[in-house]
Amino acid sequence: MGTTASQLRKDLLSEYQVVMHVFFRAHKRFSELLSKEDRNIPTPRVPMEKVLSLPELKSNPFRKRICHVFSTSDMKDGSLTFEDFLDLLSAFSDSATLEIKSHYAFRIFDFDDDGTLDGGDLEKLVNCLTGETDDTRLTTEEMRQLISNILEESDIDKDGTVNLSEFQHVISRSPDFVRSVQM
Amino acid sequence: AKEKERKKERDRKRRRNVARRASSARKQGNELEDRPGREERRGRKKRDKEGKGKGGEDERQEEVKNDTVAKTQKNFSNENTRKLEQKEVEVVGEEDGDTEEKRKNGRSEKGGKKEDNGRGETVEKKQKKKRVETSEEHESSEEEEDEEEKVGEEKPEVLSPEELEKLKEEVDERKKLISTLRGKPWPMRKKLLTLRESHEFVEKYEGALGKGKSRKLYAYKVMMLKKWMKFQRDFENFKTACVPWEMKIKEIESHFGSSVASYFIFLRWMYGINMILFGLTFGLVMVPEALMGRPYGSMPRKTVPRADEANAMDFAVLWDFGGYAQYSVLFYGYYNSQRAIGWLKFRMPLSYFLVGVGTVAYSYMVVIRTMARNANEDGGGDNNSFNFSWKMFTSWDYLIGNPETADNKFASITTSFKEAILEEQESRKDDNIHLTRFLRVLANFLVLCCLAGSGYLIYFVVRRSQKFALEGLESHSWWERNEVNMVMSLLGMFCPMLFDVISALENYHPRIALQWQLGRIFALFLGNLYTFIIALMDEINLKREEEEVLKLNMTIWEASLYNGTLGANSTAPPITVHPADIPRGPCWETMVGQEFVRLIVSDTMTTYITLLIGDFLRAVLVRFLNYCWCWDLEAGFPSYSEFDVSGNVLGLIFNQGMIWMGAFYAPCLPALNVLRLHVSMYLQCWAVMCCNVPQERVFKASGSNNFYMAMLLVILFLSTLPAIYTIVTIPPSFDCGPFSGKSRMFDVIQETLESDFPAWFGKVFSYASNPGLVLPFLLLMVLAIYYLQSTSKSYKQANLELKKKLQTQNEENKKKTKMAALKAAMDLEEAQKARSEAPRQQRKNNASQQSYTGEKNTVTGHLVSSFVFVYPPAPRGHRIPGPLPGNQWQPAPSVQRVPNSQRH
Repeated sequence: MGTTASQLRKDLLSEYQVVMHVFFRAHKRFSELLSKEDRNIPTPRVPMEKVLSLPELKSNPFRKRICHVFSTSDMKDGSLTFEDFLDLLSAFSDSATLEIKSHYAFRIFDFDDDGTLDGGDLEKLVNCLTGETDDTRLTTEEMRQLISNILEESDIDKDGTVNLSEFQHVISRSPDFVRSVQM
Repeated sequence: AKEKERKKERDRKRRRNVARRASSARKQGNELEDRPGREERRGRKKRDKEGKGKGGEDERQEEVKNDTVAKTQKNFSNENTRKLEQKEVEVVGEEDGDTEEKRKNGRSEKGGKKEDNGRGETVEKKQKKKRVETSEEHESSEEEEDEEEKVGEEKPEVLSPEELEKLKEEVDERKKLISTLRGKPWPMRKKLLTLRESHEFVEKYEGALGKGKSRKLYAYKVMMLKKWMKFQRDFENFKTACVPWEMKIKEIESHFGSSVASYFIFLRWMYGINMILFGLTFGLVMVPEALMGRPYGSMPRKTVPRADEANAMDFAVLWDFGGYAQYSVLFYGYYNSQRAIGWLKFRMPLSYFLVGVGTVAYSYMVVIRTMARNANEDGGGDNNSFNFSWKMFTSWDYLIGNPETADNKFASITTSFKEAILEEQESRKDDNIHLTRFLRVLANFLVLCCLAGSGYLIYFVVRRSQKFALEGLESHSWWERNEVNMVMSLLGMFCPMLFDVISALENYHPRIALQWQLGRIFALFLGNLYTFIIALMDEINLKREEEEVLKLNMTIWEASLYNGTLGANSTAPPITVHPADIPRGPCWETMVGQEFVRLIVSDTMTTYITLLIGDFLRAVLVRFLNYCWCWDLEAGFPSYSEFDVSGNVLGLIFNQGMIWMGAFYAPCLPALNVLRLHVSMYLQCWAVMCCNVPQERVFKASGSNNFYMAMLLVILFLSTLPAIYTIVTIPPSFDCGPFSGKSRMFDVIQETLESDFPAWFGKVFSYASNPGLVLPFLLLMVLAIYYLQSTSKSYKQANLELKKKLQTQNEENKKKTKMAALKAAMDLEEAQKARSEAPRQQRKNNASQQSYTGEKNTVTGHLVSSFVFVYPPAPRGHRIPGPLPGNQWQPAPSVQRVPNSQRH
């Protein structure tokens, strides 16, 4: 811990602490993920495979999406820098506000990154939620019904997609959301 | 936005002015040519950052605009500064000191501030100049201080009041930004940048707002504020580090989902409350009595009677909380009624009474506060119109980290989807509903029978035990002595299972089924508890009759003792009878306390034993017998057990109820409970991780959170009721406990008022407690409650209306924007058509007309391009330029531009 902490400048640290709560634990976790060689690089990146092996993400159906959303890598390979990692942790911490959580949840659910949840996104989302096995999958008829129901409920402007504000509108009424999006 | 822009502009100008004043005055025109370039560089950097800080997507646009505006502004400000220079020749020195101070800051902070480079450059140059030119800087520090004060005085001349006001506003804005930065969904890098920028800004300009001496004070204040913030942060971290069992609970959470974890969180919360109750009773009742009260053996109530002395130390007796345990600080009877004890003059009886009341009051407060907080948290979830969307967007429990649980969760989500679709597709079939209704009625009937049966059983057992007690406990077997507790524990164990079987008949949704189940177990426990209490009341009455008889006997015994000694020797020293030999009353309070303690102990034991047998042994058997069994034990019938959240929560709640009920008569109860909860935590954590499997239908717990709290509140009320009843109506025993010798327990208040407070206070109190005053006060409170409730109802109504309004407005807005977009698209098409037609016209037209159309053509082209720019093709990335529900963003520029393009 002592060696890792000394890598960070003190003033930077206090700034980090203003932006988020639990800092040291995060840094520890992150340096555990790094391989030995990587530690000497000024801004090391953790590859997506390593991040996915975290116990918190191991069995999450959205794990790849989560990596992609929080990654700032130019190569779109889902690798995370320390700051990305902090973003991830702070979004999933229990002190994060509904706004942050819903924002990131929307981006996680937006599989094709086009800024709206359309039919394809919703279908992928349902498939993620029902698991990989065939016996838990919904039939196409059920899927169609489900998606049309969802759009009917939450697509306020009736353009066939759910955008961020509609999503937040729906989410803000849900009693469970803040608690469920937590790690 | 424009207002802001203007403000920013002015701000920038002023900043430049200040900077220039410093530098230009020092340079005395030597570097006038050189300056503007550098100035501009710096200005742009600043602007650059600001643009980022404000976090708009249109940074670039803004920058372009800024640049142009700034250039014109610069010319203007140059003139300004030239004028100002004359004025400020005197001020130069101070300004320099100021900048130097800033430079020092910049150096020490080393925060990688890009801006500092620029400033650093200038300052360094200045310093060179300084060495050549001036010496006043180096003279003394005192002068600097004086000068600084002068600056403060002179500043207001430079900055006009409204500018100051603006600056103040800006600073406040920045501050607000810093405090709300955490709640913004930006990437970390941006957050850091904004933070740094805003900090710098605030640091720089907040000082400028101060006047004269107040600036130093301000610096001090800022420093203290920073220290305080840091302390708060550290304290917060410390607090999170102090929360016990966090990792254990997180681990369980990842294996079993949040519903199982919610039990452990509840357990931890309960532990916290009990710690405080324990602190109260231990610190204010038990310890003072043990340290300062009379020692053991000094009076009858503190001595084991002669008859019991022989086996007072036996384990069996101690286990039953008899013998030495009974005559110790653990129970009510041991306490002395002496008003003040020890050198502290500690008011023991008063303290005992107030702690009893305080325990109850504190519990009420905590429970209600928690309930209110929970209600606030899920206040929004009133309308059910987003059934499907919620299922879709919020059903995944991100806490799940175990593949098995994840599989179960997948399955449960799928079923819930299918169920919801089915329900949506067709309302329930008619032929089914009769059967379901019949089954439900039958189930409830069966449950009622169970409840009545168990109630009768307990009553019967308690009555029988009273008979045994009258005959003397020694002549009976272990079972007969412990019958009541055992029967209660067994009922508590088996009845819920029975209810579970019965509820299978009803075919409810699991969440509703869970609530029914909870309600039934609750009723069962409550019935059992109240039967127990009624039986206990009978016993109290018996004891009191016994006491009356004994009081009579006592006077006879005393008289006989007196007479006997008198007869033998008239000049004998005062009679000394060993306290163990003095006859004493039955002391019903201690008896009640003992009963509760025994109940708690047996309850704890049963819980642990069921845990070991029902979970651990079963898991071991299933695991190892599976190798040599004819069917698959793990997947088949016995299987591993699931963690029963509802049963465990109820057990905890009832346990707490008994603590509240009995704590007045047995101060040791909270301590015992803390111990129990502590052991429970470790034992159950271990058991759940090693021998339970995740629930087949994992559902989230947050919905039932307040349900548990409501039950706890009901239990709290119901358990304080008998306790208060006994305290208020039954006179305390005459020879034991802190209230002996008084007709009622609460007389201790009266006594204290009379002897410890001045006379007028007692008078005031007696007036205040006059029914004539109390009744109107009560009435007023009822009225206030009624008023508040009706206002809250109306607020709710208004809230709903507003919601509706917002929704319709939103929809309307969207329609409008959509219409505008459509129209714009059509216009675009028209414009394009026009453009494609234009060349044809061009060819037809003669030379004089050609120049005109060419001009027109470029204009249209420009318009079209700007138009396209306003409507970017489907935006990539996460920032969606759409109307947010709060602020009504409208693509105003495009809408305004439409008529323009039509005109051409």
